[in-house]
Amino acid sequence: MTFRFDKLGVVIAAIAAYAVFAAPFATLRANRIVPGEARSILEALPQTLGPLLLAVVVVAAVVALLKTPLILRLAASVVALAALALLIGVAGSFLTPEGNSFARISPASGFWLLIFAFTLLLADVLTRLNLSPSARIGVLVVAAAAIGMLLVSGSWNSLSILKEYANRADSFWAEGSKHVTLALGSLAAAVLVGLPLGILCHRVEKLRAGVLNVLNIIQTIPSIALFGLLIAPLGWVATHVPGAASLGIRGIGTAPAFVALFLYSLLPVVANTVVGLAGVPRAANDAARGMGMTERQRLFGVEFPLAFPVILTGIRIVLVQNIGLATIAALIGGGGFGVFVFQGVGQTAMDLVLLGAVPTVATAFAAAIILDAVIEMTSTRRRVAQPA
Amino acid sequence: MKEAGVKAWLPSLLRLALVVLLIAFVTNPGWFEPLLKPLTESNAPAIYNQGSLLALTLLHLRTVLIATVAATIVAVALAILVTRPAGVEFLPLSRSLVNIGQTFPPVAVLALAVPAVGFGEKPTLIALFLYGLLPIFENALTGLTTLPANVVEAARGAGMTGWQRLVKVELPLSAPIILGGIRLSVVISLATATIGSTVAARTLGEVIIAGLLSNNLAFVLQGGLIVAALAVLIYDGLSAIERYTARRMGQETA
Repeated sequence: MTFRFDKLGVVIAAIAAYAVFAAPFATLRANRIVPGEARSILEALPQTLGPLLLAVVVVAAVVALLKTPLILRLAASVVALAALALLIGVAGSFLTPEGNSFARISPASGFWLLIFAFTLLLADVLTRLNLSPSARIGVLVVAAAAIGMLLVSGSWNSLSILKEYANRADSFWAEGSKHVTLALGSLAAAVLVGLPLGILCHRVEKLRAGVLNVLNIIQTIPSIALFGLLIAPLGWVATHVPGAASLGIRGIGTAPAFVALFLYSLLPVVANTVVGLAGVPRAANDAARGMGMTERQRLFGVEFPLAFPVILTGIRIVLVQNIGLATIAALIGGGGFGVFVFQGVGQTAMDLVLLGAVPTVATAFAAAIILDAVIEMTSTRRRVAQPA
Repeated sequence: MKEAGVKAWLPSLLRLALVVLLIAFVTNPGWFEPLLKPLTESNAPAIYNQGSLLALTLLHLRTVLIATVAATIVAVALAILVTRPAGVEFLPLSRSLVNIGQTFPPVAVLALAVPAVGFGEKPTLIALFLYGLLPIFENALTGLTTLPANVVEAARGAGMTGWQRLVKVELPLSAPIILGGIRLSVVISLATATIGSTVAARTLGEVIIAGLLSNNLAFVLQGGLIVAALAVLIYDGLSAIERYTARRMGQETA
């Protein structure tokens, strides 16, 4: 019997070996801002669990290294990730000195590298399985539920990032909902304005280059500057337009952040609407005209449905971009997860940075997966609907 | 090309004016003080006074240049690797990784790089490098996987080795698309570098953040406008190079 090596498996096994033997698994710090001491897997876990985790990692790495069936690789990556997720929580309570509320235990580079290695394996398996869009959303839901259960069960409560959360539980959810409102609200506004503008640009050729150029230039203004530049005009509106201030329009805070995100969102929406409508096959339009459809019927019955996947791609770009950019709103008092990121940078408290960064990345990631799946569903349905 | 006259040379003239204006502003910001003065309150300085705008502009450009060159080398090398027979196993995975990578907001990358390398220019370079990789890699991949099959076949038929095909046929043919990726990456980096100043990197973001902190709109405006002007000019310049290479490729393959 001969063994054959999997090329990606070699990379994964190398990362895992380095993570286990040369990198710390957890860091122990006397308080939240001092440098920490490193702990290896065997030092960070109670007696039986340390060797157990080592064994799981080694077996999973060997499964990855050799050419093995996909289902086995899937099992190996899921088991390894689950073991890591569970045991880092155990390490947290094990390393925390009795009755000490200042000590901070955080996952260290070895832990993150192991997570990275086995996520790579999982991503590879999922890519090769070529899952249907709804199955991909299913995987996302299962993963989110698993993480949610770990969070609710309290098994991670002794980790530093959750200690930061415990200190700020209220403001976390308030900033979180502000973040989502900013990202989704500006997207909705951009779609409401961008779609008609895109249709107009498609119909009126003279307008097209001008509008797209202006939107392109807006994109080049750095986000922090655009946020800052909107403070003055909105402040003016707030003081001079009756009723504006009571609507929440103010110079600093959410209003300039909302407007800036809206302006950045316009280009992808308008450009993709134009591209999508331009890509509608001539034959489809001719057929619709031949059937005696009115302009409006043709737009909503033919052009729009056919261009929909492309328009949706623009919306995906905007949503992921907005979730990321909304972090910058914190700089001008607009709130959002960025508040924790910038506070953390200011206090050199990295756990606080993570408290802001991790939910941002997770939301953006989930949004990307869901919208990608929806885009694939709509475009395949269209292909089935009109063969040829 | 369709119509000669004013319309044909107007864009070039505008660009030239922008270049002159930009150079005048960063070398002699004092000339523009009267224009910016109305934006300040209670006699605050109208021109950034905690460092030279020219030096900051050059540092900003240097940061973007280093990050882009590194990102280009790595992204193109990776794209070449996954499109060779030996690396083709990595192709689907690399596509998903690029998709995942794009969901990381630059601010998060920047903030998370700080514990690893400390404050200053390094975390900014890392964030710009990682963020710049994606568009270049994606475009290089598109370029290398959508080459006209008959051209590649012809090169193979002519007895070219794998290396010769890569250097003489595949890379030159996909050069315009790769350049498009570099252009995107540079424009994103120019704007993202300003955020680097939140972790104490010396870029034009320093001017904007100083303005935000002291409520001085003139600072925000001058920092933002310099970056925007740089982005527009570099975008245009790279587009021109792109069109030039595309034309050359068109002639050579025709």
